[in-house]
This record gives sequence, structure tokens and C-alpha cells, in this order.
Amino acid sequence: MTQTRNNKFIARLDWTTILIWLALLCIGVVNIYAAVYNGEEKNIFDLSLRSGMQVMWIAMACLIALLILVINSHFYATFTPIFYIITIVLMLATLLFGRVVNGSKSWLTIGPMSIQSVEFMKLTTALMVARVMNAHNFDIQKWKYTFQVLLVILVAVGLSLWQHDTGSALVFCSFLLVFYRAGLPQWIVFSILFLLLLFVLSLLIEPHSVVIFLSVFAFILAVFTTGKPLGCLIMMIIAAVFTTGIYFGCPLFGYEISFYYALLIAHAAIIPIVIFRALWRRIQRLIVIVVLFVVSISVNYSVDYVFDNVLKEHQRHRINNLLGIESDLKGWGYNVHQSKIAIGSGGFAGKGYLEGTQTKFNFVPEQSTDFIFCTIGEEWGFVGALVVVALYFLLLWRIIAIAERQKNKFAKYYGYSIVSILVFHVAVNLGMTIGIMPVIGIPLPFISYGGSSLWAFTMMLFILLKLDVAKYE
Amino acid sequence: MNEFLNRKNHILAFITVACIVILGRIFYIQIIDGYYKQVSDQNVLRYEIEYPARGLIFDRNNKLLVDNQTVYDIMVVPREIQNFDTTALAKLLEWTEYQVVSTVAEIKNKSKKTAVYQPTLFAKQVSARVYATLQEQWYKFPGFYIQPRNLRHYPYKLAGNLIGYTSEVNDNDIAADQFYVQGSYIGKIGIENSYEKSLRGKRGVTIKMRDVYNRTIESYNKGASDTVAVAGANFICSIDADLQQYGELLMQNKLGSIVAIEPSTGEILAMVSSPNFDPSIFTDVHRIKERGTVAIDPLKPMFNRAVMAQYPPGSIFKTVNALIGLQEGVAFENTRYACHSGYVYGRRKMACHIHPSPLNLVQSIQMSCNGYYCQVFRTIIDNPAYSSAEEGFQVWRKHAESFGLGSRLESDVPNELRSTLPTVDTYNNMYGTGRWKSLTILSLSIGQGELGITPLHMANLVSTIANRGIYYTPHLVKSIGGQQIDLRFLVPHKTSIAREHFEPVIEGMSRAVNGGAGGTATVARLPDIEVCGKTGTAQNPHGKDHSVFSGFAPRDKPQIAIAVYVENGGFGATWAAPIASLMIEKYLKKEVSRRWLEERIINGNLLPQNDTNQKQ
Repeated sequence: MTQTRNNKFIARLDWTTILIWLALLCIGVVNIYAAVYNGEEKNIFDLSLRSGMQVMWIAMACLIALLILVINSHFYATFTPIFYIITIVLMLATLLFGRVVNGSKSWLTIGPMSIQSVEFMKLTTALMVARVMNAHNFDIQKWKYTFQVLLVILVAVGLSLWQHDTGSALVFCSFLLVFYRAGLPQWIVFSILFLLLLFVLSLLIEPHSVVIFLSVFAFILAVFTTGKPLGCLIMMIIAAVFTTGIYFGCPLFGYEISFYYALLIAHAAIIPIVIFRALWRRIQRLIVIVVLFVVSISVNYSVDYVFDNVLKEHQRHRINNLLGIESDLKGWGYNVHQSKIAIGSGGFAGKGYLEGTQTKFNFVPEQSTDFIFCTIGEEWGFVGALVVVALYFLLLWRIIAIAERQKNKFAKYYGYSIVSILVFHVAVNLGMTIGIMPVIGIPLPFISYGGSSLWAFTMMLFILLKLDVAKYE
Repeated sequence: MNEFLNRKNHILAFITVACIVILGRIFYIQIIDGYYKQVSDQNVLRYEIEYPARGLIFDRNNKLLVDNQTVYDIMVVPREIQNFDTTALAKLLEWTEYQVVSTVAEIKNKSKKTAVYQPTLFAKQVSARVYATLQEQWYKFPGFYIQPRNLRHYPYKLAGNLIGYTSEVNDNDIAADQFYVQGSYIGKIGIENSYEKSLRGKRGVTIKMRDVYNRTIESYNKGASDTVAVAGANFICSIDADLQQYGELLMQNKLGSIVAIEPSTGEILAMVSSPNFDPSIFTDVHRIKERGTVAIDPLKPMFNRAVMAQYPPGSIFKTVNALIGLQEGVAFENTRYACHSGYVYGRRKMACHIHPSPLNLVQSIQMSCNGYYCQVFRTIIDNPAYSSAEEGFQVWRKHAESFGLGSRLESDVPNELRSTLPTVDTYNNMYGTGRWKSLTILSLSIGQGELGITPLHMANLVSTIANRGIYYTPHLVKSIGGQQIDLRFLVPHKTSIAREHFEPVIEGMSRAVNGGAGGTATVARLPDIEVCGKTGTAQNPHGKDHSVFSGFAPRDKPQIAIAVYVENGGFGATWAAPIASLMIEKYLKKEVSRRWLEERIINGNLLPQNDTNQKQ
């Protein structure tokens, strides 16, 4: 009886996922060894090397995985709030007793080992989000529920920011994907994406150009929503005439005025007219456009403000570097530049295992942790990179498939939470090593060196596998 | 729930697009863009170039003329500069702190972006003492390191033009030859230049791989691409350092040149071009100012008069005309011509000085009679055997050419100029075809007119006479790296004059020195060595006549042939003859006994004082 149950249990486990997980772990150990290898005759399992340590973390991770599979599946959903609170306490403890590494206070030393509490925060936040969305009658479009999930996330974001760990804070923003799956209206998603684009544009180009861009964009939208191109055109022309008039007129009265403010005043003048006409003709959507326009202008204005006054210098540099506004190969851009050199010099088939010169001679900082992909890119070339990306794609595809086949909402949204976290980690981590994402220090799941992230990701994965098996019970 | 099922596909599509973008970017930087491969090599490979020691230069008696001295340049790798104690470094270098700070700032500024890994020159040629102190405190200055360089060092400060100097290569040199990199040295003039390829040796390259801290980790390709440096070949030159030095002493405060050749080999024993310069000013970084002074000096110290200045030879050329006359069978040893203070033709007269008349050939050389050579020259040109003056001139020119005149001697002295020997075309252009005759070109008879002969050619001419019709191409190389010297220096050139015709001319030259009354060069006489010589006083339309002497000694088995040209020195016997005589004595007897004569020469100052001042 027990025998059959066990057999069934084993048969029902999603072994594809487990194999991918194992493959990624092996790739991790092998490349961590390459990253720390410096020609000395030391074994890959040598505990004085990071690769040896990683093997030890993996052994313990396997134990944890086993434990997770053995425990009753209801345990997780039931105790999620407690886990969530425990990690919040851990995060607070880190803030109190932690030590500062690379500018963020995210390491907590407990006895012989140090842990990064935020990695576990990701796990429990995923569980907590799933738990909240599991509520009967949950509807993402209802304010009550929206507030609840946002609160769960914002606590995590707030704690991360408090630790000066912006990268992790951004990870929690990836839950947008879960909400999207749960039915978040598309316009909200598009608005958020639009604001993101606006954010980048605001950093890249002059504010007055952004205003003109927004104005033209609003005009086009208005033409499509009202179906009255002539009226819209007249409004545009009035705005243009006002702007020129103010810009050239004010100096005549002794006021010097910047073009940006001339544009703002002109638009401020015609907005009441537009609103009046919209109300008169009962065109609601025109009002929406006006509101969007005003919000966008404010966003544009505040982005500059936030960028100059809120962001820290290193964050400004990283964003500027990414956007190509400034390039300082010796300073802020050094990591990314060296990382690109390492990967770019790998070519198609790579330089061969332990033959990567950039890797061996430590040109890329943080190479066994956040920049581990450089080692893969340099020594295994495009082939290695392709294998790694393909494995992640397969893993994500498997997790989505698992999530989709859950009848239980908790398990389903939990699965999507993991997808969000993994997608964000993989895309941003790989993106930063090849210079298309800003450098935010988040590890490459299962591959980067580090016990905390390895355990946290393994726990995420195996809780889902356990829930998946449990659906048959 | 399932009303949003299509969103699963949206999410999958999003993930797919993200993967494709990332892979596309990786594909681009790994396979399409070659930039990263290059930079990766730059990051890692360090070419350590081992520069061989440049070959040494010795004189014919194995005296060291040029050797190498190690100096130390301080280099810096801009990227590796960290905050360091500028005061301490300034103190070590004996600089001001401001100098240190501003130099560092300048280097950092210049090297932005591209050259941050490239070692850049920080301080040039620090002394061995500073180097020793620095080595103890090196750890204090990360990013700095020492580059030893071999500089030329000159134990004798002589013959700047002849030995030449080395200086740092310029961009053209680097572009022309891969051997050189920024900061290498190349021979610029003289022996350093003409024997550059042998002297510089072969450089060795060791390719090392280094890590981000610039520590060399291992050799590249297991050393298979490395090469070993081979030191430059030692150069033994034909110069006699003592003779050269003595010649420079005698020529001080005079313009002109001395060229001494060993007739039996063509080896150049001394080659003085005055004024001279000290080649060490080109290596010593502290003497940069002097380089400028030398370069703009109106007396042109860097102009090697011995091979680059074309002078009218004057009367020493009469020997050539005598030989041609004898060979052509139009003049004979016993032919006598009368000379009444000159040679009158038409309403013109080639003036001559007072001497007994008539003279035979030997006496004509002894007393340097102008009239005699007008007669001889005319008989050569207007020889009835030839149909025209033009044809006669061609024959004359052919004989002159066989002495090496009219072209370059192809010695190994760089920048050697040809000597000008007029051609038929020269006169056709001047006077019109067929409208000139022997009288028109009569100046050639006494070595004036359209002749332009370098002191090296004059020395070679007298060396040919000393050899009775044979000369070896003059050269400075005696041996290089133990190898056989160029064959062109070993092949004898035969003149078109038969050997027996030289005796009367040599007799005349001997009598000019040793023959008592009427001899023009008696000042050159030496007690127990038979010196043969011929003076010349070259007419100078720009000022005082040039003083010329060419001679050799001893008469039998000559060991030295010498030509001396002193600009604006007046009579040949006044300056050139005594200088040549002292040189011969110095060379053959190693000691000079005639102190009074030596003193007069050394103290003589013929520099165009006023002229110089005006020009400046």
C-alpha cells in the first residue's frame, strides 16, 4: 500500500522540471569553478573554493527539497502568513544587525553562516500573494483585493528599499505578470508600460521635446476617439500659436521665459477649452485623454526631479550608462564593459573550459555571483549561452504548464508568482551582462554562487512541485 | 478564471520575445561584432619587448668610440594609478610636487578611454641613483614601473657627423619599419644611420598573459610565439681615433674638412668636418637646448663638409691634367713650356706667380705653374687625333671619370654627394653647340671653373695617385660583427692612366714638398718621411681663397693619403699644407715634433666672425 503510494507520488512528480533544475545547478557549479579558477591545482569540490561551497549548498538544498516533498501540502497554504511574518522579522533583523555589502545592508549573520533574507522574502511574498488571491470571490479589479495584494508587495518593496537593495525591490514589481494573468485590465498594463517608456524618454530627451511628443500623441488619440480631425487640428494650431506668442512675447515685456514653460502655459490655457467642449458634447474619452496628458506631463516633470534629487549617484550612473548618456569605462561602466568583452570574446564555441582569459584573470568583478553568465559566454560561447537560455525557457514553460493545470487558485497563482520572479531575475541578470539592462545586483537563479538564493529558489520550485503532486490527493 | 486563458499565451509570448532579444544581443556581441575579441586580447596579452643592446663602435685600434649606457625611464599605466604620496615621489625625482601632480593629471587626461592600459612615459632618464632609491619604495606607487633603456655614450667626443647619433623614432620611422615602437631609438646620421640594421640587432618579444591587477600570470601559447633578442653587431670602423681627434683639434675655429685614406685598402683613417658637434647632446635629455643651437648654427655643424660640400679643387687638380696629358701622349716628362707670369690668349691672360721659366712637367707640379697646364690642357682638348674640341673634351672627361669624379664614390658615409664634372651638355648649354673650344673652358686646366669636388673625392684622387692608378672605394667599415665587409670595398678600381705615367707626377709632388727652391709645399716637409703633395689655392668668388692641400706619405708604399680643405684659408701652403703634414706626422710617427707649427695651426681662427654676427 505504502509502496504503491510512494510509486505514484514519484511518478506524479514533474521530472522534467527537476531535471532542468539539476542541469542548471551543475552548470552553476562547473562555471563557478571556472570563475574562481586561477591555474592552481585545486579540486572543483575543494571547500576552500566557492565551487566546493556551492556543492555543499546544493547538497543541503536537495535535503530541503526532499523535506518539502514529504511535508503535507496543506502546510504551505495554511502557514503562509506565518512564513511571511517570519521573513519580515528576518528583514528587520537584517536592518538592525546586518552587515553592508556593496552598499546594501542585506546580509544577516546567524551563527556560522550568513543569509540574504531578501531571497526568502521573495519566496514568502510569492506565497502570500497567492494566498491573498486564493480568497473566495477574489477579483483583481476590486479595490479591496487590489489593496490587499499591493500591501503584501509594498511591504516587501519597502523593506528592500530600506536595505538599499533597489534590485530586489524591483523584483517584487514583477508580480504585475501574476495580476495580468488574474485579469488586470489591459489598459492598466499598457499605461504602466507607457509610463515606463515615458520615464526612459524623460531621461533621454529634453523636457520640452517630451511635451511636444505628448501633445502630438494626445492629438492623434483625440482624432481617433472623437472622429473630428478639424476641431483637433484647430486646438493644435491654437496651442502652437499660444506657445510661440508666449515664448517671443514675454521678452518684449521684460520676462525671459524658457520654451518648456511657454509650452506648459499654452497647454494650460487650452485644456479648459478642451474640457468644456468635451463636457458640452459629452465626449467622455476626450476627458480621459486630457487627464492622461496632464498625468504624463507631471510624470515627465517628476522623473527629472526624482532622477536628480531622489536617486543615488550610483543608480543615476547605472541608468545613464545603460541609456548611453554617459560612458565611463573606468568607473561605472567598467563592470558592464568588461562583462561584454568577456562574453563577446567567446565567439561561437567559446574559448574552452577554464581557458577564458577574461574569466581566469578576474577582469569581471562579481564573476561567481551576479556576473556568472560572463564565464558561460566566454568559455562556452554562443552555444553555451543558447543552452542556458533554452533551459530557462523550458523551465518557465514547464512552470506555466504546471500552474495552468492547477485547479486550486493558490497553487496556480503561486506558480505564476514564481514565473514572474524567475523571468525578472533571468532577463535582468542576462540583460545587464550584455549591456541592455541597468546593473542591479540580482543573481542568476540556480547558477550564481550563493546559498541563500539557491535555497530560496529551490524551495520556490519544490513547493510548487509538491502542490502539483498534491492536486491528485 | 478561464476567461483570461489567452493571457497564458501572452505571457509565454512575452517570455519568448525576451529570450529572443537576449539571444539576439548575445549573438551580436559574440559573432557579429569583432570589437570584443580584440579588446579581450588587449586586456590580457602583454607584449614584453626585449630590446637588444645596440652594437658598439670601435676605432681601428679597438678603442671604444660608442658604447651603451643604461638609463631608466619611469613609465606609468594610467588605469592603475591610485592615490599615492605625491610629495614622496616628487622628493625622489627631485621634482616639485606640482610637477608630479600635473604630469599625472596630464597623462590621465590624454589616455582617457583608449590608452588607459598602455604604459605611458612619466619621467625620462632618471639616474641610476634615483632608480636605486625608487626600487626600495616601489610599493608606494602602484601603476608606476621602470623601463630601462640603452642610450649611446661617447667616451671620445668626436666626429659627430661621422659616427652620427641615435634619437627616438618618429611616426614615419614606426610606419616604415615594424621593428620600432614609440620610444625606440634609430640611427639618424653617420655610421649609426648607414649601419642601422646591423647595429640595432634583433628584438625579442615575450607574450605574457596578465590579470586585471596587471600581474603577469603565464606565458601565452606556452612561449611558442616568443622570440629571443639578438644583440646588435659590434662595428669596427676604419677611423683612427687619435688621428681623428688630432684633426678636429687642428681644424678648430676653421671651416673645412680633412679626409685621410689608407691607399692600400681605401679605409678612411680620419674624416673631419669643421665645425663639428658633440653627438652626446642627442642622447642626454638635459642637453635638449644644445640640439636646437646646433641645428640653427649658421656655420652648419651638422653639414658633413667632407662628403657634402663641393669645392673647386684648385691646383691639386693639375696632377690629373698632367696624368691625362701623359696618357694621351700629348705631354711628356721633358716637355717644357715657358710661362711669363701667366698664359696669354687673345686679350686675356691666365695669371701665374713668379717662378723660373721655362719648366718641365715635374717642375710644373713642383712650382704649380698655371701657364704650363693651360698648354697641356689645350693639347689634350685640341689633340689633332680628334676632330673637334668636343671630342677632345669627351676623352679628357673619360679619363677624369676613371678617378671616380663626376659621380658618387658609393662609400658608406651617408649623404655622400657626387662630384661635379662638367659634360659636353654643360658647355653646349652655356655657350651653344660647337661654339666653345679649349680656350673657353681653360679654367679646368687649373682645377677651377665648373668643377665641384668633395674633400672625400680629393682624398680619393690623391690616394689613387699614391697607388699609381688604383683606388679602393673609400669606406668606414673595417669589420662588422666579424662578418666580411661589403665586396664593393674590396674590388680595386683601375684608372685609365698607365702606371708609368704616375712617376713623374709623384716626383713633382715630392719636389713640391722636399725639392727646395720653388717648391710650393715645403712647409709640409718631414725629416725622415718622404711626403708627396700638391697645394692648391682655390679661387673663391665669395671671399678669400680656399686653402687646399692633397698629399700622401711615404712616397713608396704609401700609408696615408690626405686631402685638406680650409675655407677662406688663402694659400694652400698657409693652412692646408701644414695641417696635412701634421696629420701625416701624427699618423706615421704617433708624435708631433713641430710644436711651433702645431701651435700656430691650433690657435689660428678663420671663422667669419663678422659674418656670423650679421647672420645672427
